[in-house]
Amino acid sequence: MKLTRLVPVIVIGIGLLPPMTAVQAETYNLTVDQVTIDTGDFTRTGIGYNGTSPGPVLRFKEGEDVTINVTNNLSSSTSIHWHGLILPFEQDGVPGISYTGIEPGETFTYRFPIVQSGTYWFHSHSGFQEPDGAYGAIVIEPKGREPFRFDREYVVQLTDAHPHSGSRVMRNLKMMPDYYNRQQRTFMDFLSDVDSKGLEPTLSDRADWGDMRMMPTDIEDLQGVTPLINGMGPTANWTGLFEPGERIRLRFINSSAMTYFDIRIPGLQMTIVQSDGNNVQPVKVDEFRIAVAETYDVIVQPKEAKAFTLFAESMSRSAFARGTLAPAEGMTAEVPMLREPPLLTMADMGMAHEGMDHGAMAMDNGAMNHGTMGQSGMPMGEHVMQDGKMMSGMDHNSMGQGMSSTNAHVMPDGSSMEGMDHSAHGGMAVDTADPFYAPGSGLTPTAYNDGKFLSYADLKAQKPLYPDREATREIELRLTGNMERYIWSINGVKYADADPIVLQYGERVRFKFVNETMMAHPMHLHGMWSILDNGNGKFDPVKHVISVAPGTTVYTETEVDAPGQWAFHCHLSYHADSGMFRKVVVEGGPNQQAAASGNDILAGGVQ
Amino acid sequence: MIKRTLIAAAFTLAGVTAASAEPLIWGVDVEKFEYRLGEQNGNAYAWDFDALVGTDEMKFVWRSEAEYATDERSFEVLDNQARVQIPVSTFFDGVVGVLASTPKGPDRFYGVLGLHGLAKQWFEVDMDLYVSNKPFARAEIDYEGLITNRVTLTPSWEVTLPLKDDPVIGLGAGGIKSEIGLRLSYDLVDRLLSPYVGVHYESTYGDTARYRSEDGKSRDATYLVTGLKMLF
Repeated sequence: MKLTRLVPVIVIGIGLLPPMTAVQAETYNLTVDQVTIDTGDFTRTGIGYNGTSPGPVLRFKEGEDVTINVTNNLSSSTSIHWHGLILPFEQDGVPGISYTGIEPGETFTYRFPIVQSGTYWFHSHSGFQEPDGAYGAIVIEPKGREPFRFDREYVVQLTDAHPHSGSRVMRNLKMMPDYYNRQQRTFMDFLSDVDSKGLEPTLSDRADWGDMRMMPTDIEDLQGVTPLINGMGPTANWTGLFEPGERIRLRFINSSAMTYFDIRIPGLQMTIVQSDGNNVQPVKVDEFRIAVAETYDVIVQPKEAKAFTLFAESMSRSAFARGTLAPAEGMTAEVPMLREPPLLTMADMGMAHEGMDHGAMAMDNGAMNHGTMGQSGMPMGEHVMQDGKMMSGMDHNSMGQGMSSTNAHVMPDGSSMEGMDHSAHGGMAVDTADPFYAPGSGLTPTAYNDGKFLSYADLKAQKPLYPDREATREIELRLTGNMERYIWSINGVKYADADPIVLQYGERVRFKFVNETMMAHPMHLHGMWSILDNGNGKFDPVKHVISVAPGTTVYTETEVDAPGQWAFHCHLSYHADSGMFRKVVVEGGPNQQAAASGNDILAGGVQ
Repeated sequence: MIKRTLIAAAFTLAGVTAASAEPLIWGVDVEKFEYRLGEQNGNAYAWDFDALVGTDEMKFVWRSEAEYATDERSFEVLDNQARVQIPVSTFFDGVVGVLASTPKGPDRFYGVLGLHGLAKQWFEVDMDLYVSNKPFARAEIDYEGLITNRVTLTPSWEVTLPLKDDPVIGLGAGGIKSEIGLRLSYDLVDRLLSPYVGVHYESTYGDTARYRSEDGKSRDATYLVTGLKMLF
């Protein structure tokens, strides 16, 4: 570890200014270095900050002006993007959009005011440096009091370290899209399916998938990872200490290149208090899913003097991160087994409607109505699937849950459900189904203890950040791709061939994300907030990453309040790089020089 | 390296910024690299690989196929193709290129027109027309059957159909040459190295078979094969 590791220099306003109005201006120094990453399973060279990966936790204060000197010690160009921070676009750190990047040997000085609080992170936006280890955490202390209490806090930063360099992973995926998928269905699975479901349904299921040339196991493009917590593998066992009875704030950050995690701490209920840095009305959950690049702040209160395992399973159950909360170093608790890998269903292929119609028809024939359906706990069995064909391979359990969510706000075609009055559907209320998954989706999560699994629908802003108003217009973004060629795109056009999305300063844009692929995409708009329309009106949560599950349509709204040009992309590294990426240009707005208060806050330049 | 620089330069000219510069796609896919143990026509070494470089929009492929007879110490087959692949549909690329066929005996050169891609139910398909004054057509179908996630059984079938007589190189119009393979491989290191064992059965029909017989060879031959599949 280098001595330069984070030396904050506090420059207090001089003279007679009372402390209340003193603008803090702190300077931080980061070096971008080649480092060695040891996951316990393998050791590789990678990229880090101030000699380590992850880099140091940057602790800012809301209201301060920060100066960050970033020195590039690599032999290639680099950049740092401050993920989730609201700042002038020249400071956003995306080569080719915000600036030209930081060349080898150069020091670039970022200067921007900190106008928010919460948990965020930073990472390189150049090539595959982020998957190669170039990431770190940002914690911003708020000016005012927070609406929740805690006695101590830990950053829990997850990543999915892989023995291959990012560029090699990309190349392998282009050569063979299923290169890393070691959960494919095999002849052995075929035999066991024939055994449990019969020959004909099994053959028909395989034929349906083969007809599309798609795989129900296509959930994680990159397997073979060792998930890390704060740079430590499952055997190194990152440990957070506590005194029994204390309230611990865990700042979860998913800095993975490609991996969604399902997180739980067996024996402890978790209270979600922040999502993507913004306070939400507390939700008690047993487990939650964190999409790539999201953050969740969670409060737990272990009362007993014993160890608790912090367990983060990858969405397709190919790997896990593990840490421990304990009263003393060295204590451990039982580490759970990985659960069965899920399988995608035809619903995830965007065929839910076809399938659902058949299902619904069968139900009507069976003299059931949707109202009783929702309340009856869904005794749906094979008998409902009269057409059998498309549904034969479906997971009937999750199917059942899906069926009960016919009032879901998020429907695969998105058309008719917009603006529905959710309260009017109390009679067929959703209990366990998550409306942010296609009805019948194989990805719909369930809690390990059959308890509460967080849904996007549960997120309500603590205090609305913006007044609620009608969007001025809607922009449809179809998330598209060609898995066989490993090309990912928006509206069928990849970044290299696309025109920028042009927004007008001052408008409120409604984005309609239609996921036409079979993968979940964590969509990240730089520079401006994404207000997730989850039916909570003015309490719709404010986020910087919106995960759009396969076969679903999700709406977000953005107050276009940041002039300049910004990146907008899927945060799965290899999807962004193969084309699911756009430049957003915000036209108009206050003169940027004026906005910089006449000083050089915006200027940040190479020294 | 020069090619890489040129392509990078092309990207820059096209106005593609650092945020979107798509990395060059390149790799070598060695489907067969094997030793064939046969009764009828003796033993042989054989290979079949594609080396490719390019982008999503266009790939340059060097395809090489060879059979080297150990008894005769000569190439029974030595085909090298320069192919350009351009996507024509979601799952298929169109192919144009040239083939230089230079085994023992006279050389032959052809233009190539074809299709390469993935058909429904996961069949990998190549269909090529080799154009000269003595043209022929060839189709190849492979299927990777997963026994487990590391053990793969790959049946393959390659059919060559001469459209005109070319007796000097042993092809008779309409006389099909068929090669059926069944290879059981194990992914030893990622998908980089997958050793395999298998059987390979070649048969000829019509005039092609007759020319073979006249050459003192068996019309058909069965081989036990052992080799390495590689992808890097």
